[in-house]
Amino acid sequence: MKRNTPLIFAFIVGMLVILAEFIPHRPFGELTSTLENWFMIISGFAILLGQISLIRVNSHIIYHKESNWQYHLAGMISFFLMLIFGILWGMQESIGLLGHGERISQAIGMKPFDYLFEYAYMPLSSTVFSLLAFFIASAAYRAFIIRGFESNLLMITAVIVIIGRSSFGSMLTASLPEAYRFWHIPRLADFLMEYPNTAAQRAILISAGLGIVGSSLRIILGIERSYLGGDK
Amino acid sequence: MKLSARTERQIIYTLLIIAVGLPLVFPIGWKTEVSGYTEMAYKLIEETPAGNVVLISFDYDPSTITELQPMAEALIEHAFKKNHRIVATALWPMGVQMAEKAFQEICAAYPNKVYGEDYVNLGYKVGGMVSIQAMGRNLKEVYPVDSKGTHYDELPILQNIKRLKDFAWIASLSSGVPGLKEWVMVAHDTYGIPVTGGCTAISAPGFFAYVNEQKQLTGILGGLKSASEYESLIDRKGTATSKMDAQSIAHLLILVFIAAGNLKVYLSRRRKRNA
Amino acid sequence: MLSFMQSISPMLSSFMQIFGIWLSALFTLSIFSFLYKDNPFYKFAEQVFVGLSAAYWLVYIIHSILIPNLFAKLIGDFGGNAILLIPAALGLMMLLRLHPNTQWLSRYPMAIMIGTTAAISLLRYLKSDILFQVTATMINPLGGETTGEIVGNFLLILGTVCGVFFFYYSKKQEGIYKVPSKIGIWFLMISFGATFGYTVMARVSLLIGRLEFLLRDWLKII
Repeated sequence: MKRNTPLIFAFIVGMLVILAEFIPHRPFGELTSTLENWFMIISGFAILLGQISLIRVNSHIIYHKESNWQYHLAGMISFFLMLIFGILWGMQESIGLLGHGERISQAIGMKPFDYLFEYAYMPLSSTVFSLLAFFIASAAYRAFIIRGFESNLLMITAVIVIIGRSSFGSMLTASLPEAYRFWHIPRLADFLMEYPNTAAQRAILISAGLGIVGSSLRIILGIERSYLGGDK
Repeated sequence: MKLSARTERQIIYTLLIIAVGLPLVFPIGWKTEVSGYTEMAYKLIEETPAGNVVLISFDYDPSTITELQPMAEALIEHAFKKNHRIVATALWPMGVQMAEKAFQEICAAYPNKVYGEDYVNLGYKVGGMVSIQAMGRNLKEVYPVDSKGTHYDELPILQNIKRLKDFAWIASLSSGVPGLKEWVMVAHDTYGIPVTGGCTAISAPGFFAYVNEQKQLTGILGGLKSASEYESLIDRKGTATSKMDAQSIAHLLILVFIAAGNLKVYLSRRRKRNA
Repeated sequence: MLSFMQSISPMLSSFMQIFGIWLSALFTLSIFSFLYKDNPFYKFAEQVFVGLSAAYWLVYIIHSILIPNLFAKLIGDFGGNAILLIPAALGLMMLLRLHPNTQWLSRYPMAIMIGTTAAISLLRYLKSDILFQVTATMINPLGGETTGEIVGNFLLILGTVCGVFFFYYSKKQEGIYKVPSKIGIWFLMISFGATFGYTVMARVSLLIGRLEFLLRDWLKII
């Protein structure tokens, strides 16, 4: 029951959705619509599960004073601060448990939740990903070396696209006569994207699509059971 | 003079900061050419009659704000110019705030646009493709209230909107999953609604395959350059155009790094051969 | 006291705005300090980011899904929406995953979610990524208006077929079967080169955004 019943559930639900695609009328359409709405509610609890798990892991590190526990404490403080602000006073136009917090919003210029989002979360989020620019510059210097025919193809395409997708790419070959306009760098870059790149990406989509169809069937038919976890 | 790997890295980082920073302080003003994919997206919105209700989905977070926010602002401004009424949704939770910021920015120049009548922010829903599929059947079931807590039936803009098919076009600005791909798969391929959108440059090559005769995607804006192209098409002095100079200089620097790296390896190989 | 607070409110609001910009700059520079080496400022900023991110998701889940789609409906019209107790119960069963003795109960809601997602993925990927993409490849290559389009159409068909051939691992690719596979690799290399070019553009854009904030909003140089 602990392992077989969930597999039966997955089969019934999967078959219902597939049948509704071909028979959209009652009862399949309505059942699927209900299932989709329930899916969103259960997903909400799934994310809640993730947050509780995060609190557990961090609490364990802080309690046992493991390596770098002070930083995890800072993380937890910021978590609870933002959570409390969001629940008590809401965000933007949404109301919280204590209303809209007009006085505190007047004092700091916006709701506390929005303040933390604007001046803490946004810069952190943007900056963490902007570090990648430096790593790609370093990778361009160290790893992008001409070796064989295939790597040459990769390099030449990359150079054409890098120049073509910048402003001076059009300036470099602007004076080409009409008969040679194909070799105008932005146009060449567009050609590469529209034809050879599209062909390769299409091949990837088709192959990956076949893989997804296969694994989805395996899940619905109960052949793939890894999502059930360990044997308990 | 042999430099250690760490020193070389520090030099690269410093040069990159200077190459990106200087054009921001001293703008050059280079122009950009408009690509076919951007024009397709522009034409879809340009040729949609006034008064239609359209959907823009903000499926990104602040980490990609530099590329996608200018696209969002340009799309909203273009839609407002054509008198389309905009319904905003988000498949990422941060997308709600991104939508608010974009509307705040554009509505400053369009004070006659009224919330609830000309535009609305329905907020975030979890579930990705499943949510979109649910919207395709019954939008009110998915969004009983908007992001401010106003009931669906109390919003004039949603009076004649029951499901996704009631939208004239859908645009998704996405930086990952769920995002543009899910909108193409459900909104266009299942319900036949024209879909366009923008994505970060890193995911753009993967979306060109959807711009085909089946019109799975009607044009695509890929990255900062496409955002600046779109701004030039609608005559908008936006944030993307001002960053293109820095983008172009940085691209040039990357090419110099590639050349320098290859030169270093070539010289090292020659030394080994002669030794 | 109230009138005092009201009188200093604009000043306090202005101070908080400036404080906020300095806080943003501090966090930005803390993250950038990682480029030199790992340090306490970076570690602190990283953990604060994790905490804020998690809290943001949780607050929006509560405000955007649990309240409007579940609790508000149950409170507003319990009789008419009693069926929502089922997903609520399934959601609570999901939370039981946290305890080893009750972990098995979370398999039921998990199975429903996985089954739904698998079925929807099967249908959507079959239509969008297989049927539509194959149809898009079945074009008349001579139908282009210019020579470039005609050459491009041939490349499109050749590249797609050879690319799919490359991913066919059920038969060993040797002898004559190596040829289309090799051609497929060349098209994939072109695609990866194009992706690298676009990746450079994407990453640099993000850096431009941060430097613009530091130069314009914080240092007021531009």
